[in-house]
Amino acid sequence: MLTRLKTQVPLFSMNSYTKLREKLKLSGLSLASTHSHVIRLGRHSRHNSKMAVCIAVIAKENYPLFIRSVPVQNELKFHYTVHTSLDVVEEKISAVGKAMADQRELYLGLLYPTEDYKVYGYVTNSKVKFVIVVDSSNTSLRDNEIRSMFRKLHNSFTDVMCNPFYNPGDTIQSKAFDSIVSAMMVQAS
Amino acid sequence: MSPTQWDLPPELCCRPMAFVALTGLDVTYNAIHRAIWDAFCANRRADRVPISFKVLPGDHEYPKCRTKRTSYEWYIPKGILKTGWMNKHLNLVPALLVLFYELDWDDAVWKEKQSECATKVEIVRTSLQGRNTKVAVVLIQKKTPLPPGEDLVASERAASLCNACDLSGKSLFVLPHTDHLVGYIIRLENAFYEHAQTYYYTEIRRVKSHKEFLNKTTHQLLFVRHQFKIAFFSELKQDTQNSLKYYRTAYSLVHELRTHETNMLEIKTMAGFINYKICRLCFQHNTPLDAIAQFRKHIDLCKKKIGSAELAFEHTAWMSKQFQSFGDLFDEAIKLGLTAIQTQNPGFYYQQAAYYAQERKQQATHLCAHEASVSYPTPDHLETPSGALDFYGQRAWRQGHQSIDPPHMEKEKGGILALQMKEKDVPHSELIIALLSNAVAQFKKYKCPRMKSHLMVQMGEEYNHAKDYTKALKLLDYVMCDYRTERWWSLLTSILSTALRCSYLMAHVKDYISYSMELVGRASTLREEQKSRIEKNLIKVLMNEVPEAEPDCDQASAKAAQALWSDRMSLAGSNEFTIEVQDYVPFVQCKAKFLSPSFHVDDPVQLHVYLRADCPHPVRFSKLCVSLSNQVQYNQLCVVEEPCKSQDILEASSQENMCLVPGKTRIYSFKFVAKTEDVGKKIEITAVDLMLGSDNGRCVFLNWRGGGGDAASSHEALLAARSFKSRGRVPEQHVEWDTVSIQASTMIISRIPKISVQLSHEPPALNNEMYRITVSIQSNEETVTKDVKLTAGLKPGQDANLTQSTHVTLNGLEMCDESHPALLPDIAIGDLQPGEKVEKCLYVRCVTTGARIFLFHVAYALSTKVEGKDITCRCHKDETVTIETVVPFEVAVKFVSTKFEHLDRVYVDIPFLLMTDILSASPWPLHLVTSQLQLAPTMAAMDQPQSQVEQVVLQTGECASECFSLQCPPVLNGTSSVASGQYLISWKRKSWCADAPVVTTVATLPHVMVETIPLYVHAELPSFGRVRESMPVRYHIQNRTGLVQDVEMSVEPSDAFMFSGLKQVRLRILPGAEQEMLYNFYPLMAGYQNLPQLNISLLRFPAVSGQLLRRFLPSRIFVKPQGRQAEDASIAAA
Repeated sequence: MLTRLKTQVPLFSMNSYTKLREKLKLSGLSLASTHSHVIRLGRHSRHNSKMAVCIAVIAKENYPLFIRSVPVQNELKFHYTVHTSLDVVEEKISAVGKAMADQRELYLGLLYPTEDYKVYGYVTNSKVKFVIVVDSSNTSLRDNEIRSMFRKLHNSFTDVMCNPFYNPGDTIQSKAFDSIVSAMMVQAS
Repeated sequence: MSPTQWDLPPELCCRPMAFVALTGLDVTYNAIHRAIWDAFCANRRADRVPISFKVLPGDHEYPKCRTKRTSYEWYIPKGILKTGWMNKHLNLVPALLVLFYELDWDDAVWKEKQSECATKVEIVRTSLQGRNTKVAVVLIQKKTPLPPGEDLVASERAASLCNACDLSGKSLFVLPHTDHLVGYIIRLENAFYEHAQTYYYTEIRRVKSHKEFLNKTTHQLLFVRHQFKIAFFSELKQDTQNSLKYYRTAYSLVHELRTHETNMLEIKTMAGFINYKICRLCFQHNTPLDAIAQFRKHIDLCKKKIGSAELAFEHTAWMSKQFQSFGDLFDEAIKLGLTAIQTQNPGFYYQQAAYYAQERKQQATHLCAHEASVSYPTPDHLETPSGALDFYGQRAWRQGHQSIDPPHMEKEKGGILALQMKEKDVPHSELIIALLSNAVAQFKKYKCPRMKSHLMVQMGEEYNHAKDYTKALKLLDYVMCDYRTERWWSLLTSILSTALRCSYLMAHVKDYISYSMELVGRASTLREEQKSRIEKNLIKVLMNEVPEAEPDCDQASAKAAQALWSDRMSLAGSNEFTIEVQDYVPFVQCKAKFLSPSFHVDDPVQLHVYLRADCPHPVRFSKLCVSLSNQVQYNQLCVVEEPCKSQDILEASSQENMCLVPGKTRIYSFKFVAKTEDVGKKIEITAVDLMLGSDNGRCVFLNWRGGGGDAASSHEALLAARSFKSRGRVPEQHVEWDTVSIQASTMIISRIPKISVQLSHEPPALNNEMYRITVSIQSNEETVTKDVKLTAGLKPGQDANLTQSTHVTLNGLEMCDESHPALLPDIAIGDLQPGEKVEKCLYVRCVTTGARIFLFHVAYALSTKVEGKDITCRCHKDETVTIETVVPFEVAVKFVSTKFEHLDRVYVDIPFLLMTDILSASPWPLHLVTSQLQLAPTMAAMDQPQSQVEQVVLQTGECASECFSLQCPPVLNGTSSVASGQYLISWKRKSWCADAPVVTTVATLPHVMVETIPLYVHAELPSFGRVRESMPVRYHIQNRTGLVQDVEMSVEPSDAFMFSGLKQVRLRILPGAEQEMLYNFYPLMAGYQNLPQLNISLLRFPAVSGQLLRRFLPSRIFVKPQGRQAEDASIAAA
């Protein structure tokens, strides 16, 4: 299994390793955890890596930087879902005291269940929010997988931010980010 | 709203309580009975036992009890639960029947009364034939009973009455009608409650006993029914724990039933009922999580049980009701003290209920779209003989039918059609809105502002569907700004589109315009062709034409709207609108800026207005005007106007001034000359107005408050500032929109003065002198400067003490004093020709030392021409200088003896010297004019003191000294400190002219200790001696006391002198007398020689030592060598 993995997941060259370390400082992740999550991701990628129905990145000021949903005809509904989930995100952030803000876990967990969807949240230290909406019927999905999806998203987002031609605050139009998101989403049928 | 078939029956929703019937009470005519009844039922508090009482007449007919089935073998049940069952046990069949009867133990006609009572008991027993209802008798008595066991008659008669009525002793009660009625009643009802519980217990046992007769194939329905009944009886028995258990069993049994299309509704109805009961009990037991889990399970199980596809709306209606009633239960529990949280509150259930209600509406419109020719079927299949159903959840046209296929296809079709026709009349929107507003109220409570907004949008859309456009717009308007400030453009666009449709249908011109403007603008996420369509409509409206219908409007409404618009068109007037676009994101962006944050009054004020359209087509406007804050006169200068012809409003001609081409920034510049009154004032842009349309059509003013900008622009500016693009090269004419920043105000400042102000002076200033500062003012203007005024002096705003200690004057010949001010305002200088120069001298007297800032402010008026306009400007120039004030000199004073020895005290009548040193500290030469000693009365000068420093010039660091010989007159007591007087020095700077005033500086002399001494000695001797030449020395010894003094004197031998005279003597001096001692000294050596020492000791004053007295005597003398010839000396000198 592990040998197969190595061929699937490109290991870091020394150069990219140092680059990653820079990045991690930014995102507040520990290096060890990233390593393990890469491996974990690899393991599940065969089964159910395509599972989100909507993925959104929300700016610190709560406007959307990126939002993509799979059934395109119902896009507006997902926009509303993501927007309303910010209520819970804000509440969760503010519930953590100022003093504890540094140690706050980025992953917020299940924000709220609706009849049809489950909405998960994640907030970076710079208060950028990630929201993933999953179909309620998708019971195979566990908390760990959601976490690793968020971490992957966060890493890709840091890459976007590191791009000198990207203006912080602009909507994200990155092919790399796009493909990461697409890989996580249910294929439109 | 009247109850619909989906509402839960009230007997299900109420809290079941034991039913006890009271008979034999005449509550209408008998006051005592009335009081008893009131005590039972009025003001029942929570701490009383849960019983529902009812007064029934003695001959009341109770529901007939059917003969009990002995075998279920051939019995096929027709349904799960009869509709009347719950009501029957709540309100019709009592658990206990109480007969009230007025009878005292000592009644005169006891026998008769007893048999009458027995008859009454018999009657009610008969009417309750077959039921297990207990009967109890209450005797209403007038007398207070004796304690039990004491009244023998009572116990005997009670036993006989029980016997007659066939009652157990426990069922006979006595109610004395006395003061403590309520107390007795409470005891009574507790006893009733026990009886009732026994009754319900037996009922439960009875129902349970049926179970053994049932089989699983034919009696499935009965399993549910019995379980439900047991649970319900348990609830009546107030055994809620067991009741919950039975309901749970019933619930799982319901889902074990075979389901098919014909019984789906019945199963769901019952499942809903049981679920309701379970959730209700869970909340009651304060286990809300169990309630929620049960409800989730219920929904998951039932979600897919749609039933007949033709009646799909029934399923959604039922689902909606499930959520709604759970929300109600949840809300009720919260009111009773449960705490809900943001992510788990009743709002979510109401929201979901609303969602299903919306689904129901959609299905209804889809399924009930019958053609007009289809009429309600006759006979009405929904009619039943009794007017109600026998079993819950069954179809009226096939009641009791339990097989899989419907018995009559014809009836079935008719029934479904009837249901569909009925569904058409349901006010769906009303239901949805009610549910949504319930949810809104909840989310507001649990801090979910965005969820609230979302639901309000849904409400608005629902109102739109219900054609209540006014309410729809009100709601949508309310939430729009939330989405705008949060910058969720996709959502804003969708809301705006709905709002636009509403305003179109109402022909609301102003709203229509403002929504269109935002929809064609940059915040809208509409596609280009949609924007284009909206813009064309907008132009039509501006030209006072009827716009095309919005898509998704139904035909009839669109037609009505067209008519409304036509009416609007013919309406004269009210065709001018002002839209405040500041808080929107309109399709024209505006930024206004003054080119500089300040303008000199002789420069024209320049103002640029940048406009940019974001719409798909070019847009033409007819007027642009800028309103400025303080001067109405300026406004007319800031207007661009060009009435456009209505037909070419859309034609693109980018050369034209009044046409905004999409994506291009247009600049309009204005220039005006500020008024001279406005110098020092701020000019602000209060508004920018852009007029679209024309006077003959409709005209719309887009009004930006301040210098433009809208709801989105501040954020865009922030992003642009961060952007790497902003540092790119930009071609000359092309203006990068994002780089333009708003500058909404400017200052009008005075003209730059062309005048030079120069100061010449010699710092530092000396304390107290009249310090001269020469101001030279030279005009460099090209025309005459008029009305030149100089304000000079201490700059205001410094330490307040400086104002007191600084005096300014123009007159340098006199010393100035306190009456002179610190600042001389507006010294008139007159007019200055070009190039002319004026000098002015200013004299400053600084009483204290330290630094001061002096201000020289020259103001003048000047006529000039700006942009061909004559204006008179006032200019001014300020010059400041910091001047340090220092003391001119230090005065040091010391007292010395005549031998120049330092004295720390002086002696009465003995002369001493006062020495003064004047040490110059001034960097400039000082001219000391004179000095003067003003002695205190306690001091006297030995001779006429004359100034020794008169007309002396002191350079920096030089010192001038003076010496005065003084003596003190006697003082009263032995020693005291006395004042010496003052030392006055008159001086001025050497550099200044002769007529400059002289400064007099006063130095106060120190106090000195004066002491009286008993004896005074002084010597009289030549100024020098010569070797081997005798010289006479005379010592005078004075007695200064009133006593005779014994004095011992001796002269010590010396190597340098030989002498003659008394070597040692003892003498007596009379008071005030003086003794003279003469010695001849014969010097032996040349040079300074110590005189032979004279020792004096006073026998009476051992304190006065020789040491002290010796101070008065010379200690040495210069002895010249033996003289040569005078000629020799002169030769030697040569």
